[in-house]
Amino acid sequence: MTDASLPARFERPSALAFLGYAAAIVIILWSFTGAGFSIDKVVSSPPRFADFLDRAFPPNLEPQVLARLGWKMLETLQIALAGAVIGITLSVPVALLAARGLIAPTWINQIVRTALGFIRAVPDIAWALVFVVAVGLGPFAGMLAIAIDTIGFCGRFFADDMEAADKGSSESLTATGARKLDVVACATIPAAMPAFISTSLFATEKAVRSSTILGLVGAGGIGIELKVGFDLFDYPTAMTVILMIAVVVISIEYLSGWARTKIIGVVR
Amino acid sequence: MTDLSVETLVADTRPDGTGAESFAPVLPVDLRVTGLAKSFAGTPVFSDVSFGLSRGEAVAIVGANGTGKSTLLRCLMGLIPTDAGSIDVVGTDVRSASSSGLRAMRAQIGLVSQKHNLVPRLSVLSNVVQGLLGQKPGLRHWSQSLAPARSRAAAMAALQKVGLAQLAQRRADRLSGGQSQRVAIARALVGQPRILIADEPTASLDPAAGEDVMDLFFDLARQEGVTVIFISHNIDHALKYGDRILGLANGGMPLDARAASLNAEQLRGLYD
Ligand SMILES: Nc1ncnc2c1ncn2[C@@H]1O[C@H](COP(=O)(O)OP(=O)(O)OP(=O)(O)O)[C@@H](O)[C@H]1O
Ligand SMILES: [Mg+2]
Repeated sequence: MTDASLPARFERPSALAFLGYAAAIVIILWSFTGAGFSIDKVVSSPPRFADFLDRAFPPNLEPQVLARLGWKMLETLQIALAGAVIGITLSVPVALLAARGLIAPTWINQIVRTALGFIRAVPDIAWALVFVVAVGLGPFAGMLAIAIDTIGFCGRFFADDMEAADKGSSESLTATGARKLDVVACATIPAAMPAFISTSLFATEKAVRSSTILGLVGAGGIGIELKVGFDLFDYPTAMTVILMIAVVVISIEYLSGWARTKIIGVVR
Repeated sequence: MTDLSVETLVADTRPDGTGAESFAPVLPVDLRVTGLAKSFAGTPVFSDVSFGLSRGEAVAIVGANGTGKSTLLRCLMGLIPTDAGSIDVVGTDVRSASSSGLRAMRAQIGLVSQKHNLVPRLSVLSNVVQGLLGQKPGLRHWSQSLAPARSRAAAMAALQKVGLAQLAQRRADRLSGGQSQRVAIARALVGQPRILIADEPTASLDPAAGEDVMDLFFDLARQEGVTVIFISHNIDHALKYGDRILGLANGGMPLDARAASLNAEQLRGLYD
């Protein structure tokens, strides 16, 4: 054992780091002005917000409205689930190509990762607009938008999960003379499986949240009801939609949390 | 530093590992390493390691923590790149072999790594079946449920050898340390390797299980002509089960001697 002195608790920031912090603060303040931040509006908004609430409450709970919205909500969940399942499934081969040092050479990793970055950079609602043009109005366009959005998310994170997975078992299988593909299937994917499941559940939550809004551009789901409600100043119905979305999204998050502990076991 | 008596011993078995051939003259050489050097990011682990092994020999590698024993084994398997020297394993030039050449070489070797490295979440039996992947690539050896009957039987037989047949269905991440070590040994044995390489195979085993495993290795060497290389910190094991003892220290291999010519005191000198 050579002379190992006790390391400092905190490292002193360098001059460069200091400049970095200062620049960050300036950029943040500058962003506030760009966003039209105005104390006046903050002060005057509560009364207007109260006025909206006043007109929206009580929410519209007529049985036939509730039934209509309920069916729309079901369609929303179907869009989310179908899109997420397709997206998650396609993400596995995509991630195999994106993961560094796995089966594909570096230049392919680079291309696939760049493509995934592009997919993520385009907002889900923009994908929905694109697919509405491509396949017409309706839930199918929404499902495609969710699927591609999920690939952007899961493709990247599945790849990261596999890169971060413990290398021990894959080294041992490599040492048996196994082919790369066999090693990936037998060691890398099982090692990354808990992370895959966790990522997939997040993707599903994200898909449900996205799917509630795709209707705004005519890609199916309950979003259209929200838009109509606001357009017709039918605030009570719009409020019902908002509450419904909140209940569904929160339940999905709860459900996915439950599934996560059930499948992966209590997180360390 | 190395004990003087050790250096004296080295003198009569070196320079080129001919000591081995002197008591096993007719057997072919399974493995030869010459002038091997390995460093990690500029920090050398060892700079000049040379030795040879004959078919059916049982050899113990000893040395202090961090002298590069595990690293040496990974170099032999071609799992990590090396800096200089040559490695020949069962006729394959490891440093220049193609990936299919490396796979063919590895398929003849069973490796038990220091950390066992089982695939968690899979059953013990699936882990052992996967030991056949080198010889039988493809989907059917991904899991015990897909495997052909012969492979499942071979895996069960390997588990029986290490005394764990009753745990075949247990998940690999729910084993005790000693159990997982024995499963790793079964995975290395299932392909009936020509060379068995084991990194501290008895480190997590109780004394009785450790003796059993070493007896098993010894029988393989004696009865089936398997070449056995094992790393051990247990000097008694090294002396009892090794035909020859190789010692790593100071970036080289200053000790290469027949076990019969060494005693425990001399071996301890290596750790000073
Ligand atoms: N992947 C790695 N990257 C950097 N350094 C490494 C790596 N693997 C091993 N080393 C270093 O190389 C040296 C030799 O390690 P190795 O595991 O071969 O030792 P060992 O002789 O097997 O020790 P032990 O008896 O503790 O098992 C150590 O100093 C270790 O820190
Ligand atoms: Mg070691």
